[in-house]
Amino acid sequence: MDSGEQHLSSFLSLALVLAALLALTGLTVAMSYVDLGRFNVPLTLGIAGTKVSLVLLYFMHLRYENRAVVYSFLGTIGFLAIMISFTFWDVAFR
Amino acid sequence: MAGGHDQTGSRIGMWLFLYTEIILFGGLFVLYAAYFHEYPRAFAENGRELNRVIGAANTVLLLISSFTVAASLTALRQRAQRLCMGLLAVSLGCGALFLVNKYFEWGHKFAVGLYPNSPAMAGAPAGKNIFFGLYYVITGLHGLHVLIGMSLLALSLVLVHRQRITADRVTILENSGLYWHLVDLIWIFVFPLFYLIL
Amino acid sequence: MATTPSFFETPAPAGLTGIKAWLLTHDHKRLGLMYLWAVLFWFALALVIGLLLRLELMTMGRTIMSAGVYNSAFTLHGVIMIFLFVIPGIPAIFGNFFLPIQLGTDDVFFPRLNLLSWYLYILGGLLAIVSLFTAGGFPDTGWTFYVPFSIGTKHNVPMTVFAAFILGMSSMLTGLNFITTVHRKRSPNMGWMQIPLFTWSLYATAWVQVLATPVISITLLLVIAERLLNIGLFDPGRGGDPILYQHLFWMYSHPAVYVMILPGMGVVSEIIPTFSRKAIFGYKAIVFSSMGIAIAGSLVWAHHMYTSGMSDTAIFVFSLLTFLVAIPTAVKVFSWVSTLYKASIEMSPPLLYALIFIYLFSVGGLTGLVLGAAGPDIHVHDTHFVVAHFHFTMFGGTGFAFFAALHFWWPKMFGIMYNFRRAYIAATLTTVGFLFHYVPMFILGMMGMPRRSYDYLPQFAQGNALATVGGILLFTGIALMLVNLLLSFRSRIAAPANPWGGCTLEWTVPSPPPLHNFLRQPDIQDYPYDFTEILRKS
Repeated sequence: MDSGEQHLSSFLSLALVLAALLALTGLTVAMSYVDLGRFNVPLTLGIAGTKVSLVLLYFMHLRYENRAVVYSFLGTIGFLAIMISFTFWDVAFR
Repeated sequence: MAGGHDQTGSRIGMWLFLYTEIILFGGLFVLYAAYFHEYPRAFAENGRELNRVIGAANTVLLLISSFTVAASLTALRQRAQRLCMGLLAVSLGCGALFLVNKYFEWGHKFAVGLYPNSPAMAGAPAGKNIFFGLYYVITGLHGLHVLIGMSLLALSLVLVHRQRITADRVTILENSGLYWHLVDLIWIFVFPLFYLIL
Repeated sequence: MATTPSFFETPAPAGLTGIKAWLLTHDHKRLGLMYLWAVLFWFALALVIGLLLRLELMTMGRTIMSAGVYNSAFTLHGVIMIFLFVIPGIPAIFGNFFLPIQLGTDDVFFPRLNLLSWYLYILGGLLAIVSLFTAGGFPDTGWTFYVPFSIGTKHNVPMTVFAAFILGMSSMLTGLNFITTVHRKRSPNMGWMQIPLFTWSLYATAWVQVLATPVISITLLLVIAERLLNIGLFDPGRGGDPILYQHLFWMYSHPAVYVMILPGMGVVSEIIPTFSRKAIFGYKAIVFSSMGIAIAGSLVWAHHMYTSGMSDTAIFVFSLLTFLVAIPTAVKVFSWVSTLYKASIEMSPPLLYALIFIYLFSVGGLTGLVLGAAGPDIHVHDTHFVVAHFHFTMFGGTGFAFFAALHFWWPKMFGIMYNFRRAYIAATLTTVGFLFHYVPMFILGMMGMPRRSYDYLPQFAQGNALATVGGILLFTGIALMLVNLLLSFRSRIAAPANPWGGCTLEWTVPSPPPLHNFLRQPDIQDYPYDFTEILRKS
């Protein structure tokens, strides 16, 4: 069994992640001024998804976490996806 | 079995708690998705009523605070106690600024009558009422989580100062940090959903 | 063995005395017993309310209460039974007491959080009581709190809903604790496929508790927000959609059905092999079907909403998916029956309750298919057929599993044995009463008698009178069962460490167990249901 010691992230790598997050924020705000038609929503959510993944993987150390946490996290996201998508069996077909 | 603190176990417990928070907001996102499907135009129009600059500023504040919290953990593990406390203080400052911004933002909306059940909303089109209803419920619940997160960070700060949280016993700071990152995660989605969609 | 003091004699944390040794304890066993008394109190109360409801329906028109009281009474009966008895019942009492022991460890991972869960449970119960007497009285909405009625009614909905919110939090924290315990506190020699089935079922349940409960939390918060701020999120007049409330509500409440039944299935999976003196048939099949039920159970919530006005596509999809859940459930029933086949069965009260469970739960499950299929459901939706169906699963299923667990683990928890003869009589009486109570309801439902209805047409009079007679028998049977268990405190016949010849770890420790459960690191059998040792000794 592991000792419980967590991965140690260097300040530099954390700062790089922050820089990437800020750049993506700038990008998504800039994009909101341009009308991209039907790509608007998927692109905006795509960028949000990327940002969230960065925070999860590096700030929250999910990348270095044990398997129980990784799988259960994916399971949670899966359940959330089911909650939203299965509601659309109803909402989208009224 | 007895003795020896199991940090991995505590972290698993915290992650499980975070799942409950994700699903808690998830219920609201279900509503958002369904209503966005029903009123796409109203959501787009009313989204423009929100101030993108304040929204973006708040996003930046939370991202920076998330970074400082993650860095404070690194600092503590490198036994730089003062740096750790400094970084936590910056995080708390960012959280406070976020709430101040939120206060002015909400205050402005109230001033122009955009709040649930206001006289101005009484005859408003359906989509508008729903958009602002969701806006207040989601940002309100998120704001509450910012407050809770700040209390946890403040507690960690005090405990680091009293050397109750040390490089060998980081659980409380680590878990408070995880909670704070979650607050950030939620906001990363809330921001585009209300301020940027179209 | 007599020399080791039991957990009754050793408070934890040490130094606490008297009532404090209970109210501030971190010991999972003491907490289990504290839950036991609290849960039994609520069960008895809701049982009495249920009996009063039945008496009201005995004859047409007003029998013993007014229509308004009737509406509040069936809501109260539902809220207490669901949130304060069926959901916490088995996990909080027997889970707390036996999960750490079955895992070969001394306590749950977060003992203090465990105490907090108990206080949240008590607080939720108190709030429910307070809401009875304040601001308009107890809700008359039914336990489902459907909008728009729950937002419009004058009764005290916010406080009751808040009570349910608190109870949800208690259940969620228990689940969180159990998952962490299974992952981190398991005896180092115990692999995943050596975990006893009761603990496996609690593990699957815990995941549902953690992932589904927050949905009801937010839904209930939205009801409170609507009552206080009148936002209009579910108000069709202002753009809201009341059907979305039902989606959110059942997104939790359907998985919650499996929170209620899975632990019961776990209990039965322990009892059947023990009294068959035979390895359980399909250990892995039962494990995977537990997890399968937990997963499939999250995909089918809208089968409660066929008549709500949702889209036909959704009705089709959810009806189809509903049939998926029948598969893992059938796997379990098949495994239990196969375990009994050619076994050297020893009859005992716990086994009798477990056998009744299999029968009643099967009826409940099969009638569930009638309701899960969209076509027949339209005919019987919101009739007494539904009432009979879910009482067969929740009461005939979980309730009887709860009684089985009480009789199975009573000697271990208190170190005393109860009277078998009275236990058999009580079980028989309860079952006969149960059948007379609920079978007429199936027929009444097919004839079209709506549920939650204060009065009925003359053609339903016979069935209702019969159901009330059954209800009285049922009530008497349960009262006899509880009295019999309580009388064991007076006769104090000492129970041995392993009265039934069970082979999971709780039977290797003294009855009642010592504070840290094990005096030394326990030996883990390669296969948790290997009876060769037990058979050789006997």
